Amino acid sequence: MSAPAVTRRPGGTDDAVGGVVPREVVRPGTVEEVADVLRAAAADGRTVVPVGGRSKLTWAAPPESCDLLLDVTGLDRIVEHVAGDLTVVAEAGVRLGDLQAQLGEAGQLLGLDPPEDGATLGGLVSANASGPRRLRYGTTRDLLIGITVVLADGTLARAGGKVVKNVAGYDLGKLYTGAHGTLGVVVSTTWRLHPVPPARRVVTLDLPDVAAAGPLSIALARSTLTPSAVELSGTAGGPGRLVVLFESIAESVTDQARSAVALLGGGEESDDLPEDFGRRPGGADDVLLRLAHAPAALAAVLAALPAGTPVSAHAATGVAYAAVPAAEAAGALPRLRAAIAEHDGTAVVLRAPDAVRDALDHWGPVGDSLELMRRVKERFDPERRMSPGRFVGGL
Amino acid sequence: MTAVAEPAVSDRTAALAEALRTAIGTERVLTDRTQVRTYECDGLANFKVTPAIVVLAESRQHVVDTVRLCSEAGVPFVARGSGTGLSGGALPSADGVLLVMSRLRSLGPVDADNRQVTVEPGVINLWVTRDAAPFDLAYAPDPSSQLVCSIGGNVAENAGGAHCLKYGFTVNHVLGAEVVLPDGEVVHLGGRAPEHPGYDLLGAFIGSEGTLGVATELTLRLIRVPEAVQTMLVGYHSVEDAAGTVSDIIAAGILPAAVEMMDALAIEAAEAAVSCGYPEGAVAVLVIELDGPQVEVEAQFRQVEEIARRRNAFETRIAADDAERGLMWKGRKSAFAAVGRISPSYFVQDGVIPRTKLPEVLAEMKRMADEKGLRVANVFHAGDGNLHPLVLFDDAVEGQAHEAEELAGDILELCVTSGGSITGEHGVGSEKRMKMAKQFTPADLDTMQLVRCAFDPDGIANPGKVFPTPRLCGERPGVRKGEHPVQAAGLGEVF
Repeated sequence: MSAPAVTRRPGGTDDAVGGVVPREVVRPGTVEEVADVLRAAAADGRTVVPVGGRSKLTWAAPPESCDLLLDVTGLDRIVEHVAGDLTVVAEAGVRLGDLQAQLGEAGQLLGLDPPEDGATLGGLVSANASGPRRLRYGTTRDLLIGITVVLADGTLARAGGKVVKNVAGYDLGKLYTGAHGTLGVVVSTTWRLHPVPPARRVVTLDLPDVAAAGPLSIALARSTLTPSAVELSGTAGGPGRLVVLFESIAESVTDQARSAVALLGGGEESDDLPEDFGRRPGGADDVLLRLAHAPAALAAVLAALPAGTPVSAHAATGVAYAAVPAAEAAGALPRLRAAIAEHDGTAVVLRAPDAVRDALDHWGPVGDSLELMRRVKERFDPERRMSPGRFVGGL
Repeated sequence: MTAVAEPAVSDRTAALAEALRTAIGTERVLTDRTQVRTYECDGLANFKVTPAIVVLAESRQHVVDTVRLCSEAGVPFVARGSGTGLSGGALPSADGVLLVMSRLRSLGPVDADNRQVTVEPGVINLWVTRDAAPFDLAYAPDPSSQLVCSIGGNVAENAGGAHCLKYGFTVNHVLGAEVVLPDGEVVHLGGRAPEHPGYDLLGAFIGSEGTLGVATELTLRLIRVPEAVQTMLVGYHSVEDAAGTVSDIIAAGILPAAVEMMDALAIEAAEAAVSCGYPEGAVAVLVIELDGPQVEVEAQFRQVEEIARRRNAFETRIAADDAERGLMWKGRKSAFAAVGRISPSYFVQDGVIPRTKLPEVLAEMKRMADEKGLRVANVFHAGDGNLHPLVLFDDAVEGQAHEAEELAGDILELCVTSGGSITGEHGVGSEKRMKMAKQFTPADLDTMQLVRCAFDPDGIANPGKVFPTPRLCGERPGVRKGEHPVQAAGLGEVF
């Protein structure tokens, strides 16, 4: 028998998850080793927080406890890319950038473009991270066709498959998407891919008031144009910039960009995306919020934010981001949530500086399904050892 | 411990029928044998069970009352939409309630700016697109039964259709659901926004085949009708050339709205039934549809024509207008029923394979059919590898039905061993639950069961479907004490 490839070391402040320093950091090299680690943790009653590229360690609510930080970056194999089927199987520790590079050689891509550098597939599934092109490709829930997970007790389970169309059994991939490690550890993922579009054209329009992006994005969505992204950046109550991205064959993007300029009543055409395209607003000192709302309510949501708040939005999809100054966040958040509720709007804290993190209600109201979510959690993790406290309602 | 005798099933359902009549009105509760027999099967007519009670719900409150009374009485219920399902997902429980949802048919105003509409589950799939059309919007999932199938049934089965190659399945087009849980509690999953804090229970619910609860309202995402649509019908002298065309289109980076394939037998049947005028002498035809911006569709359409020519297409027809397009689709969409013209009986199967395995799987399927002396007609969504083999047989010939059923089962196993799935859109239902163990390990199935237990700890929502063996959810502290009667009778194991 070969020696186990699991490496272990004591946790340090660099490993802190939402300010909580783990007692130990464990890095298995295979799926079986992940199961071994979890079985041992179950026997010892230890709490476990899975982690990938560490690009979102400060996202979500801090865990109540973290005995073990389970680093999945050792699971870094791209298992199977079948270009003819437009599918790929890749382990959870594979970095999105590395995957895209390999797929790109075959003229294909995974339609996810969250801006966080170094993110792994497991992490972006667990955080349900997305970027500008969600308008075209959707999000993890639309692209993940198979998943392998290890449950809290070490059970290895699989759902979905390697084919795009498949309705056999419950789709556990949906459940693990955005679950922030509270139901077990994602160890392998299978994805639907898309061809890399051959050409690109970009229309950039400066707006005196970001709120103008509301009606403009409705007009774009109701037109026959097929942009990959309609990306807004700016400040609430202040100026902004709308970037409309077209990706297709050359004839089409040229034609569509021209039509977009006409529809928007202006805008500069170019072949290049701005350097900060898709970047989240604000900086490390701000509280970063993700807002979701009925798509046509963008202007109303922007109006509900304190003036001067740096914002971005995947306009036309109903997802926006706002960077609220740390000192104001605790006060602003309840007001914001109340103001956007009529648009089915929610605001969740993605990232918060250490100083204010514990004072924030990270997830906000969940609605009448919270009790059902609690029952799901109890079934998957009855001892509450997986990322306890990181999720909604203290799950 | 003193044994408490369970009331006989008939007494229990008689009492439940009485309670239901009081709660929701006598005229909505059927127990007359001849009346309830109407509901003994869905679209999979070789599975039949007469339900004890049929409830014709007309409002959310009727559904809540029915489910709550079932829960209190420990009586199973099965929700049913239009009854077009092809896997026996709406097969009734003999000692249970069949909850007919098709009278919940309100269709909310189209919210054009948000591209959404909220509907009740009995609404027919095609009505949604009909109501959305004046706003240049459409509901993308388009199962072949879209003239009659209901949105509630589509949600239960995660229905697909010809255009899911580009647009995805029901799960990609449902934003929110109001769901009556198996204990009668009402929850709202998802909503009008694309994301909500918490687990994606909506994603888990869609496609759960009625085993997690009953939807009473759904918010659907609508898509903008594309600027241009072009459809072509291509005839081939070999299945390999048709399959090769599909691979080459994908390799060229083109994502068609739909790519459908029919083989010679299916063509013969469609021709006999609807005179769709498919190319004479074709061994295989492809229906290829592209949609999107005009210039894009035109350029890619020329590219596809060239690809088809290189793959020895002997006839290519381009639909000049919607009427011609309709005729091309008519042959395809009527193919299942049409097979009745060339065979006394047939089984419709629904398996998925990785598209690249298409030629070898078709060859193996033919070998398997020849071995049994049976014919298999093939109609499929070639773009995504979703096969619908139609196993033809004569039920007047002794033993042939059994042979055909066996062949249909073997074909599904072939799909699994080829890296695919036992169902792409028809669901597992009653028909294929035993095949689940071919595709998933016991641990996989047990993990799915955790979801079931969270939603339906007593296992009364559409029991006996999807999963191969009945499972009971372990005792929850303070909820239920003592041994479950099913366990005591040795009929199930505690999970």
